[in-house]
Amino acid sequence: MTKNILLCGVGGQGTVKASRIIALSAMEEGRNVRTAETIGMAQRGGCVVSHVRISDQAIYSPLIPKGKADLLIAFEPGEAVRCIDYLKENGVIIVNRKAVTPVTASLSGSSYDGSDAASYLTEHFPNVRLIDGDRVSEQCGSDKVLNIALLAGAAASGELGISVEGLKDAIRKQLPEKTHAMNMKAVDIVTKGA
Amino acid sequence: MGNEAAAFGAIHAGVNLVAGYPGTPSTEILETVAKNNDGSIHVEWSVNEKAAMEVAAGAAYSGARVLVTMKQVGLNVAADPLMSLAYVGVRGGMVVVAADDPGPISSQTEQDTRTFAMFSKLPVFDPSDPQEAYQMMKDAFELSEKIHSPVLFRPTTRVCHGCASIEVSDHYEKNSVPGFEKDTMRWVIFPRTSFLNHKKIEERNPKLGEELSSYRYNQVVKKKGKKGIAAGGVSYAYLMEALTQIKENGTVDKNETGNKIETETKNVTGNENVIGNKNGVPAGEPSIFRVGTPFPFPEKAALEFLNGLDEVLCFEELDPVIERALIYTAGKYHLPVTIHGKHDGYVAAAGENSPESVLSDLAAFLNLDLPEKEKLPEKPELPIRPPVLCAGCPHRASFYAVKQAMKGKKAVFCGDIGCYTLGNAAPLDMVDTCLCMGADVTIAQGMKVVDPDVTAFSFIGDSTFFASGITGVVNAVYNHNDIVLIVLDNSTTAMTGHQPHPGTGLTMMEFFQKKKEGIREDVANKVSIEKILRGIGLSFVETVDPFDQKKAIETVKRAAEETGVRAIIFKAPCIALEKPKDLYQVDADQCKSCRKCINEIGCPAISMKEGRAFIEKSLCYGCSLCESVCPFDAIHEEGGQA
Repeated sequence: MTKNILLCGVGGQGTVKASRIIALSAMEEGRNVRTAETIGMAQRGGCVVSHVRISDQAIYSPLIPKGKADLLIAFEPGEAVRCIDYLKENGVIIVNRKAVTPVTASLSGSSYDGSDAASYLTEHFPNVRLIDGDRVSEQCGSDKVLNIALLAGAAASGELGISVEGLKDAIRKQLPEKTHAMNMKAVDIVTKGA
Repeated sequence: MGNEAAAFGAIHAGVNLVAGYPGTPSTEILETVAKNNDGSIHVEWSVNEKAAMEVAAGAAYSGARVLVTMKQVGLNVAADPLMSLAYVGVRGGMVVVAADDPGPISSQTEQDTRTFAMFSKLPVFDPSDPQEAYQMMKDAFELSEKIHSPVLFRPTTRVCHGCASIEVSDHYEKNSVPGFEKDTMRWVIFPRTSFLNHKKIEERNPKLGEELSSYRYNQVVKKKGKKGIAAGGVSYAYLMEALTQIKENGTVDKNETGNKIETETKNVTGNENVIGNKNGVPAGEPSIFRVGTPFPFPEKAALEFLNGLDEVLCFEELDPVIERALIYTAGKYHLPVTIHGKHDGYVAAAGENSPESVLSDLAAFLNLDLPEKEKLPEKPELPIRPPVLCAGCPHRASFYAVKQAMKGKKAVFCGDIGCYTLGNAAPLDMVDTCLCMGADVTIAQGMKVVDPDVTAFSFIGDSTFFASGITGVVNAVYNHNDIVLIVLDNSTTAMTGHQPHPGTGLTMMEFFQKKKEGIREDVANKVSIEKILRGIGLSFVETVDPFDQKKAIETVKRAAEETGVRAIIFKAPCIALEKPKDLYQVDADQCKSCRKCINEIGCPAISMKEGRAFIEKSLCYGCSLCESVCPFDAIHEEGGQA
């Protein structure tokens, strides 16, 4: 069984870190992992996509074929819609509610605020969970917890291949100690509504 | 990451020296060696790719094992030494990595290093995944030492920036360097020796092609069908993915769309699985040829593959290298086989391949029906999201100052390669040309010569100035050309991930040492851009903080009035290396909704919210540019309102 996870968002939001956390955790369990990441010119402010594939068998392509993603973790609602072609039928979507307004939208006077994108997802797809990234960040005192908040939502959905406890383990092992408390809090807020 | 795997391959092969110039997607190779250096490897970011190639060549002449890293366009810069090195050869193993960027995702061109290998007559390794990147790197060193020649190694973006679990060996080779032995006939290139060496190379390569025919990554899998598929690089991985999908599901997508393709797994025409086509006629499973060393082409393996086939489809990115070699081989041996690929439009001639493109091209080739994709509901309109200068980026302030100073005047803005290329986007719109590293300085000169009324500006970053800007400035001074040179000095090589350069005073090895010790201090041996410019003979050289907009605009105006070569160094550090300062906020009562902050500077932290300008806290760096732009004094440091 291959588990395909697509992460998408805006450069600078922490998608690469999130995909590394998933990949390393799976590798530690001795599973085969393939990833492909956007690094370079799109680093800041552009659309970024990370592909993570986990399997007990051989994995060939580092890119997930369209229509084959079990799980879509979106750091921004518009980016979730942009990447929706990757999701398999009845796949799970974990999406941050908050939009990132690009300069192009501000300049053209467009009213983009992500709400159309969010309602498109909730109306047409059965397994969507919106995460209020802003609220979690506020409660944890840092917007750096966004990636862990989304991973927590993904872990709670059961589609991540990592349990909530497993995610906490990964935080302890892979992230700097000074960030542990706030990231643990983010996991608790998302998984327990605490 | 594939780049890390390649780096470990080099370390395990006993590399003594690594030199390179940063460039996506190659950068992490050198950085990985530097991070995992036990102190025995000399690792340097050279000033440019040509310098890296020559430093490495000197070490390889002396018997060291050396690795040179760059992106594909970097190989153009290093082409001069490499073309001659191909004739002269080396003593210690020398592997030259040039990472290709199909798409292109972050490059100027879609050039193919495999074609460069043919041109320079050097062997090239083409890994299809991180595990191969590790293994092939070791093989490349072995081959280089065996044939006393540099060897090319060309991964592509999806291999460089893909992660995978890989196996590495416990065995580390160590190479002790014997030192240089004088031998004029060998190390001094002369027309006569080049003629003799050329003969040897032409004799060597076909033999090498034959030997490489049994190399483990040049693989022929013969099936009984009349069709064959050849692939190399990451396209081979996509091909295997597509074949697995077809075989496993019986159809391309049986479960989701109903069974449209009959695939029999029982023996029909022999001991093999058979893929049926849309007419229900067994097509036979295709033979596969994967090519890991596109040059010298493994012709013997190719012959084995082509024999008995009617049709072949080639999957590869960038140039049709395998395709051409197969057409050549078929012609040479009068084989009745048709080779499909880029030349007949069977597959896309430009851009990246993907699992979908390979699957659909493969299905067409094998005469299989692809299940129809379920149509998704129509998507709401999505904003365009091009990459932008970061909030707080000092380049924004520099561009804005020049724009203000030149308002209403005839001016041209020649840009260069780096983060500041993004200054071309609206609303700044301050990059009129961008060609290659260093070209801003010289293109501006040509424009001014033929159009004397224009004020010609050239914008160049600090790392780029060292890499290839200086000669252009000397050219301007020597030829009495008239330009305003703007050096955007953010004290780092930002676009590729913040590498040190001569202006930072830290070498790559010191950089990691300092990082470990947590020291960030000024160092003594910085190469000063200002002193270089004065040394070349410029009298107008001024260093200005671009966030002091008043002074910045005034300086540009004065420079524009002068003649000759004038230089302004806008100096302010890259925000990614600095802690945010006090953040700014909009006083909603003072804001008159004039949108000037949005329409003029294009900061990603500023948008309109409830009819007023609004600064997103999580993005603001406290640069102050918006404060100096606001005509109503509505933007202030947080809590800093008087």
